[in-house]
Amino acid sequence: MELLKRALAEGRKPDLKQLIDAIPYCKFIGVDIDRKGTEVTTILRYSNRLVGNPVLPALHGGVVGAFLEITAVIQLMLEAETEELPKPVDIGIDYLRSGKPVDTYARAIVTKHGRRVCNVRAEAWQDEHTRPIAALHGHFLIKPRASEAE
Amino acid sequence: MSEAHSEPNPLGFLLAGVPHAEALKIHVISLEAGKVICRVPFSEHLIGNPDTRVIHGGVITALLDNACGISVGSKTMLKGQIATLDLRIDYMKSATPDLDILAFAECFKVTRNIAFTRGVAYHTDRDDPIATCAAAFMLRTRATSDPTDRMPGAQ
Repeated sequence: MELLKRALAEGRKPDLKQLIDAIPYCKFIGVDIDRKGTEVTTILRYSNRLVGNPVLPALHGGVVGAFLEITAVIQLMLEAETEELPKPVDIGIDYLRSGKPVDTYARAIVTKHGRRVCNVRAEAWQDEHTRPIAALHGHFLIKPRASEAE
Repeated sequence: MSEAHSEPNPLGFLLAGVPHAEALKIHVISLEAGKVICRVPFSEHLIGNPDTRVIHGGVITALLDNACGISVGSKTMLKGQIATLDLRIDYMKSATPDLDILAFAECFKVTRNIAFTRGVAYHTDRDDPIATCAAAFMLRTRATSDPTDRMPGAQ
Protein backbone atom coordinates (compact mmCIF):
# COMPACT_ATOMS: atom_id res chain seq x y z
CA MET A 1 0.00 0.00 0.00
CA GLU A 2 1.28 3.44 -0.97
CA LEU A 3 0.44 4.78 2.47
CA LEU A 4 2.60 2.18 4.18
CA LYS A 5 5.48 2.51 1.73
CA ARG A 6 5.60 6.27 2.25
CA ALA A 7 5.57 5.93 6.04
CA LEU A 8 8.36 3.35 5.87
CA ALA A 9 10.44 5.49 3.52
CA GLU A 10 10.05 8.47 5.82
CA GLY A 11 10.92 6.36 8.87
CA ARG A 12 7.68 6.96 10.75
CA LYS A 13 4.67 4.92 11.84
CA PRO A 14 1.78 4.84 9.38
CA ASP A 15 -1.26 7.01 10.04
CA LEU A 16 -3.73 4.41 11.25
CA LYS A 17 -6.78 6.63 10.78
CA GLN A 18 -5.86 7.10 7.12
CA LEU A 19 -5.29 3.38 6.82
CA ILE A 20 -8.73 2.56 8.21
CA ASP A 21 -10.33 5.14 5.94
CA ALA A 22 -8.66 3.52 2.93
CA ILE A 23 -10.23 0.13 3.66
CA PRO A 24 -13.88 0.04 2.51
CA TYR A 25 -14.84 -2.91 4.74
CA CYS A 26 -13.66 -1.06 7.89
CA LYS A 27 -15.96 1.81 6.98
CA PHE A 28 -18.79 -0.59 6.23
CA ILE A 29 -18.79 -2.14 9.70
CA GLY A 30 -17.77 1.11 11.42
CA VAL A 31 -14.27 0.72 12.88
CA ASP A 32 -12.69 3.64 14.69
CA ILE A 33 -9.33 3.98 16.36
CA ASP A 34 -7.92 5.45 19.55
CA ARG A 35 -4.14 5.56 19.54
CA LYS A 36 -1.98 6.59 22.43
CA GLY A 37 1.63 6.04 21.41
CA THR A 38 2.02 2.39 20.55
CA GLU A 39 -1.14 1.47 22.45
CA VAL A 40 -4.07 1.15 20.13
CA THR A 41 -7.68 0.53 21.05
CA THR A 42 -10.02 -0.15 18.17
CA ILE A 43 -13.68 0.72 18.47
CA LEU A 44 -16.53 -0.99 16.66
CA ARG A 45 -19.37 1.54 16.54
CA TYR A 46 -22.68 -0.17 17.08
CA SER A 47 -25.20 -0.14 14.28
CA ASN A 48 -28.21 -2.34 13.63
CA ARG A 49 -26.64 -4.01 10.62
CA LEU A 50 -24.03 -5.66 12.87
CA VAL A 51 -26.70 -7.75 14.59
CA GLY A 52 -26.66 -11.50 14.01
CA ASN A 53 -29.33 -12.51 16.51
CA PRO A 54 -32.22 -10.05 16.62
CA VAL A 55 -34.00 -11.97 19.41
CA LEU A 56 -31.39 -11.38 22.13
CA PRO A 57 -30.22 -9.08 20.39
CA ALA A 58 -26.54 -9.95 19.86
CA LEU A 59 -23.79 -8.92 17.48
CA HIS A 60 -23.06 -11.29 14.59
CA GLY A 61 -20.17 -13.63 15.42
CA GLY A 62 -18.67 -12.96 12.02
CA VAL A 63 -18.50 -9.23 12.68
CA VAL A 64 -16.88 -9.72 16.08
CA GLY A 65 -14.33 -12.05 14.43
CA ALA A 66 -13.72 -9.56 11.63
CA PHE A 67 -13.28 -6.73 14.14
CA LEU A 68 -10.68 -8.75 16.07
CA GLU A 69 -8.89 -9.56 12.82
CA ILE A 70 -8.78 -5.85 11.94
CA THR A 71 -7.47 -5.06 15.43
CA ALA A 72 -4.70 -7.64 14.99
CA VAL A 73 -3.76 -6.23 11.59
CA ILE A 74 -3.69 -2.65 12.91
CA GLN A 75 -1.36 -3.64 15.76
CA LEU A 76 0.86 -5.37 13.21
CA MET A 77 0.96 -2.23 11.07
CA LEU A 78 2.47 -0.41 14.04
CA GLU A 79 4.96 -3.06 15.06
CA ALA A 80 5.94 -4.82 11.86
CA GLU A 81 7.68 -2.76 9.21
CA THR A 82 5.73 -3.94 6.24
CA GLU A 83 4.78 -2.37 2.92
CA GLU A 84 1.69 -4.47 2.40
CA LEU A 85 -1.30 -5.28 4.57
CA PRO A 86 -0.62 -8.46 6.59
CA LYS A 87 -2.51 -11.47 5.27
CA PRO A 88 -4.26 -13.83 7.68
CA VAL A 89 -3.03 -17.43 7.48
CA ASP A 90 -5.27 -18.83 10.15
CA ILE A 91 -7.40 -17.38 12.92
CA GLY A 92 -9.19 -18.95 15.86
CA ILE A 93 -11.94 -17.08 17.62
CA ASP A 94 -13.37 -17.99 21.01
CA TYR A 95 -16.77 -16.50 21.71
CA LEU A 96 -16.98 -15.86 25.44
CA ARG A 97 -20.12 -13.76 25.90
CA SER A 98 -22.78 -12.58 23.55
CA GLY A 99 -22.04 -9.15 22.13
CA LYS A 100 -24.60 -6.62 23.27
CA PRO A 101 -25.92 -3.94 20.90
CA VAL A 102 -23.41 -1.32 22.08
CA ASP A 103 -19.93 -0.17 21.04
CA THR A 104 -17.20 -2.80 21.28
CA TYR A 105 -13.51 -2.23 21.99
CA ALA A 106 -10.48 -4.39 21.25
CA ARG A 107 -6.76 -4.55 21.73
CA ALA A 108 -4.13 -6.84 20.25
CA ILE A 109 -0.69 -8.06 21.24
CA VAL A 110 1.93 -9.31 18.81
CA THR A 111 3.02 -12.45 20.67
CA LYS A 112 5.76 -13.47 18.27
CA HIS A 113 7.25 -11.36 15.56
CA GLY A 114 8.81 -13.62 12.96
CA ARG A 115 10.46 -12.59 9.72
CA ARG A 116 7.58 -13.78 7.57
CA VAL A 117 4.86 -14.76 10.01
CA CYS A 118 3.58 -13.05 13.15
CA ASN A 119 1.52 -14.58 15.93
CA VAL A 120 -1.07 -12.19 17.31
CA ARG A 121 -3.65 -12.30 20.10
CA ALA A 122 -6.58 -9.95 20.43
CA GLU A 123 -9.43 -9.47 22.86
CA ALA A 124 -12.73 -7.61 22.52
CA TRP A 125 -14.83 -6.23 25.35
CA GLN A 126 -17.75 -3.91 25.89
CA ASP A 127 -18.54 -2.52 29.32
CA GLU A 128 -15.67 -4.06 31.26
CA HIS A 129 -12.17 -4.86 30.07
CA THR A 130 -12.07 -7.84 32.45
CA ARG A 131 -15.17 -9.37 30.84
CA PRO A 132 -14.11 -10.03 27.24
CA ILE A 133 -16.80 -11.02 24.74
CA ALA A 134 -14.38 -12.71 22.33
CA ALA A 135 -10.71 -13.57 21.89
CA LEU A 136 -8.70 -14.20 18.75
CA HIS A 137 -5.37 -15.80 18.09
CA GLY A 138 -3.98 -15.93 14.63
CA HIS A 139 -1.02 -16.05 12.30
CA PHE A 140 -0.44 -13.35 9.72
CA LEU A 141 1.94 -13.29 6.77
CA ILE A 142 3.92 -10.09 6.53
CA LYS A 143 5.94 -8.82 3.61
CA PRO A 144 9.23 -7.41 4.79
CA ARG A 145 10.72 -4.34 3.21
CA ALA A 146 12.11 -4.97 -0.28
CA SER A 147 15.62 -4.20 0.96
CA GLU A 148 15.32 -6.95 3.60
CA ALA A 149 13.74 -9.49 1.30
CA GLU A 150 16.93 -11.14 0.08
CA MET B 1 -26.37 -30.32 -5.91
CA SER B 2 -29.52 -28.31 -6.10
CA GLU B 3 -32.28 -29.06 -3.65
CA ALA B 4 -34.90 -26.70 -4.99
CA HIS B 5 -37.79 -26.43 -2.60
CA SER B 6 -41.07 -26.08 -4.45
CA GLU B 7 -43.07 -25.51 -1.28
CA PRO B 8 -42.45 -22.62 1.11
CA ASN B 9 -39.09 -23.18 2.73
CA PRO B 10 -39.60 -23.98 6.44
CA LEU B 11 -35.98 -23.03 7.10
CA GLY B 12 -36.21 -19.58 5.63
CA PHE B 13 -36.45 -18.11 9.13
CA LEU B 14 -32.79 -19.01 9.66
CA LEU B 15 -31.62 -16.04 7.60
CA ALA B 16 -34.64 -13.77 7.48
CA GLY B 17 -34.41 -10.98 9.99
CA VAL B 18 -30.67 -11.38 10.59
CA PRO B 19 -29.58 -7.78 9.99
CA HIS B 20 -25.93 -8.56 9.31
CA ALA B 21 -26.73 -11.33 6.82
CA GLU B 22 -29.03 -8.90 5.06
CA ALA B 23 -26.37 -6.17 5.12
CA LEU B 24 -23.91 -8.54 3.42
CA LYS B 25 -26.69 -9.85 1.12
CA ILE B 26 -26.01 -13.45 2.14
CA HIS B 27 -28.42 -15.88 0.50
CA VAL B 28 -29.06 -19.55 1.07
CA ILE B 29 -28.87 -21.21 -2.33
CA SER B 30 -29.11 -24.86 -1.31
CA LEU B 31 -30.34 -26.53 1.82
CA GLU B 32 -30.85 -30.01 3.22
CA ALA B 33 -30.70 -31.38 6.74
CA GLY B 34 -27.25 -30.54 8.11
CA LYS B 35 -25.88 -29.17 4.83
CA VAL B 36 -26.14 -25.73 3.36
CA ILE B 37 -24.63 -23.60 0.62
CA CYS B 38 -24.70 -19.81 1.00
CA ARG B 39 -23.52 -17.07 -1.29
CA VAL B 40 -22.27 -13.54 -0.65
CA PRO B 41 -22.13 -11.29 -3.71
CA PHE B 42 -18.98 -9.27 -4.38
CA SER B 43 -19.39 -5.63 -3.49
CA GLU B 44 -17.03 -2.65 -3.51
CA HIS B 45 -17.76 -1.77 0.12
CA LEU B 46 -16.56 -5.21 1.28
CA ILE B 47 -13.04 -4.71 -0.08
CA GLY B 48 -10.30 -5.24 2.50
CA ASN B 49 -7.30 -4.31 0.40
CA PRO B 50 -7.78 -1.26 -1.83
CA ASP B 51 -4.66 -2.12 -3.88
CA THR B 52 -5.74 -5.61 -4.88
CA ARG B 53 -9.54 -5.14 -4.41
CA VAL B 54 -9.61 -8.44 -2.53
CA ILE B 55 -12.64 -8.84 -0.27
CA HIS B 56 -11.92 -8.55 3.48
CA GLY B 57 -11.35 -11.75 5.44
CA GLY B 58 -14.09 -10.61 7.81
CA VAL B 59 -16.69 -11.15 5.12
CA ILE B 60 -15.56 -14.76 4.83
CA THR B 61 -15.65 -15.07 8.62
CA ALA B 62 -19.25 -13.84 8.71
CA LEU B 63 -20.26 -16.00 5.74
CA LEU B 64 -18.75 -19.18 7.21
CA ASP B 65 -20.11 -18.46 10.69
CA ASN B 66 -23.57 -17.93 9.26
CA ALA B 67 -23.43 -20.99 7.00
CA CYS B 68 -22.25 -23.21 9.86
CA GLY B 69 -25.02 -21.84 12.06
CA ILE B 70 -27.63 -22.61 9.42
CA SER B 71 -26.26 -26.14 9.02
CA VAL B 72 -26.84 -26.64 12.76
CA GLY B 73 -30.34 -25.21 12.55
CA SER B 74 -31.23 -27.40 9.58
CA LYS B 75 -29.94 -30.53 11.28
CA THR B 76 -31.41 -30.04 14.74
CA MET B 77 -34.49 -28.04 13.67
CA LEU B 78 -34.15 -26.23 16.96
CA LYS B 79 -36.46 -23.30 17.30
CA GLY B 80 -34.33 -21.92 20.12
CA GLN B 81 -31.24 -19.87 19.62
CA ILE B 82 -27.77 -21.22 19.01
CA ALA B 83 -24.49 -19.47 19.77
CA THR B 84 -21.03 -19.84 18.23
CA LEU B 85 -18.56 -21.20 20.77
CA ASP B 86 -15.47 -21.05 18.63
CA LEU B 87 -14.57 -20.66 15.01
CA ARG B 88 -11.27 -21.49 13.37
CA ILE B 89 -10.54 -20.37 9.85
CA ASP B 90 -7.64 -21.31 7.61
CA TYR B 91 -7.09 -19.00 4.68
CA MET B 92 -5.83 -20.92 1.64
CA LYS B 93 -5.77 -18.19 -1.00
CA SER B 94 -7.01 -14.69 -1.62
CA ALA B 95 -10.50 -14.31 -3.01
CA THR B 96 -10.65 -13.09 -6.61
CA PRO B 97 -12.11 -9.57 -6.97
CA ASP B 98 -15.54 -9.25 -8.63
CA LEU B 99 -16.47 -12.86 -7.99
CA ASP B 100 -19.18 -14.00 -5.58
CA ILE B 101 -18.09 -16.20 -2.70
CA LEU B 102 -19.91 -19.40 -1.83
CA ALA B 103 -19.75 -21.29 1.43
CA PHE B 104 -20.63 -24.90 1.98
CA ALA B 105 -21.16 -25.90 5.60
CA GLU B 106 -22.15 -29.14 7.22
CA CYS B 107 -23.10 -30.05 10.74
CA PHE B 108 -21.58 -33.51 11.21
CA LYS B 109 -22.25 -34.14 14.89
CA VAL B 110 -24.82 -33.01 17.38
CA THR B 111 -24.62 -33.79 21.08
CA ARG B 112 -26.95 -32.75 23.86
CA ASN B 113 -25.36 -29.33 24.24
CA ILE B 114 -22.98 -28.87 21.33
CA ALA B 115 -23.08 -29.07 17.55
CA PHE B 116 -19.90 -29.53 15.50
CA THR B 117 -19.57 -28.12 12.01
CA ARG B 118 -17.08 -27.61 9.21
CA GLY B 119 -17.22 -25.40 6.20
CA VAL B 120 -15.41 -24.27 3.10
CA ALA B 121 -15.50 -20.97 1.19
CA TYR B 122 -14.85 -21.00 -2.58
CA HIS B 123 -15.74 -19.37 -5.88
CA THR B 124 -16.70 -22.23 -8.17
CA ASP B 125 -14.81 -25.33 -7.07
CA ARG B 126 -15.14 -26.67 -3.53
CA ASP B 127 -11.80 -28.47 -4.00
CA ASP B 128 -10.04 -25.15 -4.61
CA PRO B 129 -10.96 -23.38 -1.38
CA ILE B 130 -10.43 -19.76 -0.39
CA ALA B 131 -10.78 -20.80 3.24
CA THR B 132 -11.89 -23.70 5.39
CA CYS B 133 -13.33 -23.58 8.86
CA ALA B 134 -14.34 -25.64 11.87
CA ALA B 135 -16.86 -24.28 14.33
CA ALA B 136 -18.64 -25.50 17.45
CA PHE B 137 -22.03 -24.19 18.52
CA MET B 138 -23.74 -24.17 21.88
CA LEU B 139 -27.34 -25.36 21.76
CA ARG B 140 -29.92 -23.90 24.10
CA THR B 141 -31.30 -26.60 26.38
CA ARG B 142 -34.65 -24.83 26.58
CA ALA B 143 -35.39 -25.81 22.98
CA THR B 144 -33.79 -29.27 23.01
CA SER B 145 -36.00 -30.39 25.90
CA ASP B 146 -39.09 -30.08 23.72
CA PRO B 147 -39.32 -33.05 21.30
CA THR B 148 -41.73 -31.18 19.03
CA ASP B 149 -38.92 -28.75 18.31
CA ARG B 150 -36.99 -31.42 16.48
CA MET B 151 -37.02 -32.66 12.96
CA PRO B 152 -38.01 -36.34 12.58
CA GLY B 153 -34.88 -38.43 12.37
CA ALA B 154 -32.62 -35.70 13.72
CA GLN B 155 -29.99 -36.91 16.14
